[in-house]
Amino acid sequence: MTTTMPDGTTEAQQADETITKVSIVVSKGSLDGIYPGLIMANGARMEGIDANLFFTFFGMDAIHQKRHDHIKVATVGNPGLHMMTWLGGVPGMSAMVTHFMEKSMEELDIPPIPEFIEMISDSGAGIYACKASVDMFKLSKDDFVKEVDEIITVGDFYQMAGGGQIIFT
Amino acid sequence: MTTATIGGKTVEVDGEGFLQKPEQWDEELGVEIAKELGIELTDRHWQVVKYMRQQVLDTGSAPSIRSLGKQSGVPIKELYQLFPKGPAKMAAKIAGIPKPHGCI
Repeated sequence: MTTTMPDGTTEAQQADETITKVSIVVSKGSLDGIYPGLIMANGARMEGIDANLFFTFFGMDAIHQKRHDHIKVATVGNPGLHMMTWLGGVPGMSAMVTHFMEKSMEELDIPPIPEFIEMISDSGAGIYACKASVDMFKLSKDDFVKEVDEIITVGDFYQMAGGGQIIFT
Repeated sequence: MTTATIGGKTVEVDGEGFLQKPEQWDEELGVEIAKELGIELTDRHWQVVKYMRQQVLDTGSAPSIRSLGKQSGVPIKELYQLFPKGPAKMAAKIAGIPKPHGCI
């Protein structure tokens, strides 16, 4: 028996449909906030799927010339680390946890953020910064790494994302 | 396991057409697989395909796109020009090796 989905197609039909384009929004500026979006964008290009990356709010640190090499894991208020709350606030803790995480990522051949952005850009994906956030933080295109194609509005983003999937991280 | 006939040769492939036994491959077969993918193989394509194949035969696993870009002698930008539908996947298919499983 075939399962019919709410839109009238069958489950098998839906599985056969392929994704041809993704637009990924990166809104957080922590290491664990940035990497998933980058991995998904790179993974999309590896599959031959078109990809756009749109950086907004603190996510823009990933493409900020002075900050992109200093992205840290948040150790305060991060229950995923399973450490005592007070310990997360000890000076140097964030740097130490970040160091360990970077080391295990390097072992898996996951590049540091600056190299990863370059790699994704070289793969043909578009890299964009959000105009509202750029204005709010009083930044300009010169503050960003060379891989940034353009500063665009939300409207531009939706237009660009047309016909594809949007992923918000 | 299914078999497919490519260029007159019968080979074992998976559901997506990746060869399961690298020893059943030869360069002529690579040319045939590439044709099916719409790729006319140039020296630059061969450089990537041969590097991928050698890595898998030597180490048992396919290189990441990062090391492919650094060590094959073909930079990432060019890799995507040569293999627009995904360099690692397409090069592996042409090279007669199983589908790469890495996320990076």
